[in-house]
Amino acid sequence: MTFDFALIWQSLPSLLNGLMMTLQLTVISVPIGLCLALPLGIIRAAGNSWASRAIYCYTYLFRGTPLLIQLYMIYYGLAQFSLVKSSFFWVFLREGYWCSLLAFVLNTAAYTTEIVRGAIQNVSFGEVEAARAIGMSRGLVLRRVVLPQAFRIMLPAYSNEVVLMLQATSIASLVTVMDLTGVARVIIAKSFAPYELFLTIAAMYLAVTYGIIWLFNLWERRLMRHLGDRPVAALEEGALVAR
Amino acid sequence: MKKLSILMSAAILALTAGIANAGEKIVIATEGAYAPFNFVASDGSLQGFDVDIAKALCEKMKADCTIVKQDWDGMIPALLAKKFDAIAASMSITPAREEKIAFSDKYYNTPAVIVARKDAKITLGADGNPTPDSFKGLRVGVQRSTIHENYARAHFTGAEIVVYDTADNANLDLTNGRIDARMDDILALQEGVIKAAGGDQYQVWGKGYVGGELGKGVGVGLRKEDTKLKEEFNAAIKAILEDGTYKKINDKYFTFDVYGGPTS
Amino acid sequence: MQSLFDLKGYGHLLVDGIIATVEVSVCAFLVSIALGLIGSAGKLSKNRLARGLANAYTVIIRGVPELVLLLLIYYGGTVLLQGIAGAISGQDVRIDINNFAAGVLVVGFVYGAFATEVFRGAFQSIPKGQIEAAMACGMSRIQVFWRIKLPQVWRFAIPGLGNVSLVEVKATAIISAIGFTELTRQADVIKQPTHLPFTVFFLALLAYLAMTLVLNTFWHTLERRAGLGIRRA
Repeated sequence: MTFDFALIWQSLPSLLNGLMMTLQLTVISVPIGLCLALPLGIIRAAGNSWASRAIYCYTYLFRGTPLLIQLYMIYYGLAQFSLVKSSFFWVFLREGYWCSLLAFVLNTAAYTTEIVRGAIQNVSFGEVEAARAIGMSRGLVLRRVVLPQAFRIMLPAYSNEVVLMLQATSIASLVTVMDLTGVARVIIAKSFAPYELFLTIAAMYLAVTYGIIWLFNLWERRLMRHLGDRPVAALEEGALVAR
Repeated sequence: MKKLSILMSAAILALTAGIANAGEKIVIATEGAYAPFNFVASDGSLQGFDVDIAKALCEKMKADCTIVKQDWDGMIPALLAKKFDAIAASMSITPAREEKIAFSDKYYNTPAVIVARKDAKITLGADGNPTPDSFKGLRVGVQRSTIHENYARAHFTGAEIVVYDTADNANLDLTNGRIDARMDDILALQEGVIKAAGGDQYQVWGKGYVGGELGKGVGVGLRKEDTKLKEEFNAAIKAILEDGTYKKINDKYFTFDVYGGPTS
Repeated sequence: MQSLFDLKGYGHLLVDGIIATVEVSVCAFLVSIALGLIGSAGKLSKNRLARGLANAYTVIIRGVPELVLLLLIYYGGTVLLQGIAGAISGQDVRIDINNFAAGVLVVGFVYGAFATEVFRGAFQSIPKGQIEAAMACGMSRIQVFWRIKLPQVWRFAIPGLGNVSLVEVKATAIISAIGFTELTRQADVIKQPTHLPFTVFFLALLAYLAMTLVLNTFWHTLERRAGLGIRRA
C-alpha cells in the first residue's frame, strides 16, 4: 500500500482553495453569532422574563438537535414552500453557501448565548455592588463592569466554541459547498485515493485548530495578566460541549 | 439482524480469491438512489433494473446473492476494502475506473443527456446537442464521481459545475431552481425529473451524448483479482441475453431496448 | 393527522431511524465511558508514555472534524484491519466492519476524548483527604483506585457524562454520511419520494428533541439520587 505523495502535491492548490472557504465560513459565522448572542445572553441573565423564556426555547431547540438536521431544514426544507421561492430571500437561500452560513450563525448564536449568560452570572457580585454603590446606572454597570469581566470569563469556553465551529463547517460539503472536505471528496472521486486525501485534510484541520487555540491562549493571557496565576472558574456550559 | 449486532460485529470470512463453488455467496452492492435503475421502495427493499439484472445473473450462476446498499462515491473503495464482491449500480466502464477495478461485459448502454427548463436559453448545435457555449454562466448539476461530472468538467467550460452526493439531491435542486441544468443518464432523468412533480416544466435538450468520458456502457464492477467471478458474470450475462430473461426485465422498466447494440 | 405521520407510506422508515439512532447512541456512549476511564487514567498517570498517548488522543479528536474521522476510519479502518490480519495469517482475509459498528466505534472514540476530560476532572475532585487516609492505612495504589476512587468518581462525573451523552445522540447524525440508516439518513432518503422535505426534517427535529428531553430528565434524576447539589453557584 503506497502513499501517493505526488497526488497530494498536485491537489494542494485546490485544497488550499477549499481551506479558504472553510475559514471564510468560520470567520463570518462566528462574529455574527457573537453579535447576536450578546444581547440575547444579557436578556437571559437579567431574569425570568417572557423574553428570557422565549430565548431559552430558541437555545434549547438549536442545542438539542443536530446541526446537520438544522442545515437540511434550511437547505431542503425551506425550498418546499413556494412562498419562500418567490420571496426576496430566495436569492440567498438558493445557494448552499448562504444556507450554511445561516445554519451556522443560528447554531453558534444559541450556544454562545448560553456561554454569555453563564459568564455574566459568574461575574463576582461584589464588583457589581460596588459599582451600584458609587451611583452607576444599570446600563453603565453593564457596559463598564459586567461585560468586560464576563468577556474575560467566557473566553476559554468561547475559544472552544470557535474551534467546534471550525470542525462543524465540514458538513457544508453535504450541501454543495466547496469547503476543504468538499474539495477533498471531489478529488477522491477522480483519483480513488481516499486515505491520502483524508489524512491530508485531517492534518490541515489540525493545524488550523491549533493555530486558533494558540491565538486564543495569547488573548486570554493578555486579558488575564492582572490576575497572576489564579485559575478562572470553568464554566459548565463551555466545557467541551460539542454539537 | 444487522441492527441487533453489538460492538464486536466484525464478521471474519476467510476467502481465498476466486473460489468457484456452486451455491457460492456473493454480496452485490447497489446505490439505491438512482431510479429506475436502483432505488429504495417504500417497504425499505432495494429494487430497480440493476437489482433485477443482478438477481437474474445470480440465478444463472447458481449463486447465493445478497444485495446491499452503498453510497455512490464510496463504491469503489468499499469494493476494494472487500465490503462486497460486485457492484451492480449503473457504473459505467471507463479507463480511469479500469485502473482500479475490473468490469464484466456491459449489460446496458444508454446515452447521457441534459435536462433543463423548457424556457432555458440553450442553443442546439450541428450535432443535435447543446453547444458547449450554451452553458456559459449556467449552473450544471451532476453527481460526484460520475462520468457525467467528468464530461461536464471537460466540455462545458464556462459553466459552474455543482456536484451532489446523489442524483436525487441534484434533481431536487433542479426542480427548486438552485441549478439551471442537469446532466445524467436519459432514463434516470426522465424518472427523476420529468415524470416527477413539477416535471412538466423541464425537457430533455439534444439527442444525447455517448462515448469519450462517458465510457463504453454499464458493467458489473469486480475486483481485479476475481477473474473467475468475472468469467461467471460474463457467461451469465450472455445467457440472460440469449434466453429472453434480459428482455423481460428490460420491458418491465423501459419502452425500448437499453442494451445499446454490441459493445463497440 | 394520520397522513402527516404516515408520510405517504414512508413514515415507518423514520421510526426505524429513531430506533437505530437510540441503539447507536447507547452503544457509542458505553464505548465512550470505557475510553474515558482509560484515557483519564492515562492523563493522570505518572507514566510519560501513557500521558503522551492520552494527550495525543484528545489533541487529535479536538483538531479533526468528525466527518473526516468517520470517513477515514470507515474506509481506512477496514483496509488496515485486513492488512494486519492478512499479514498475520498469510491468507486473504476479509474483515468487514459494518456501518453500525463503524458508527458506534467512531462516535464512541470521538466522545471518549470528551469523557476523558470529564473523568479527569472527576478524579481530581475526589477529596484528597480520603486518598491520603487510604494510603495511610496501607492500601496499595490499585486498591485505592478500586475501593476509593472508582466508586466515587461517578458522583462527580455524572453532570459531565450527561452532557456527553446528549451531544453523542446528536453526533450520531453524522453517521448518515457512511450510509448507516439512522434518523438523519432516513429523513434524507425519504425527503425525495415524499416531496415533503420540511415536514420530514421537522419530524426528525422533534424526535431528537424528544430524545434530548428524555436524556435530560434521566440525568437530572440520577444526579439528584447521587446526592450532588448544583454545580453552578
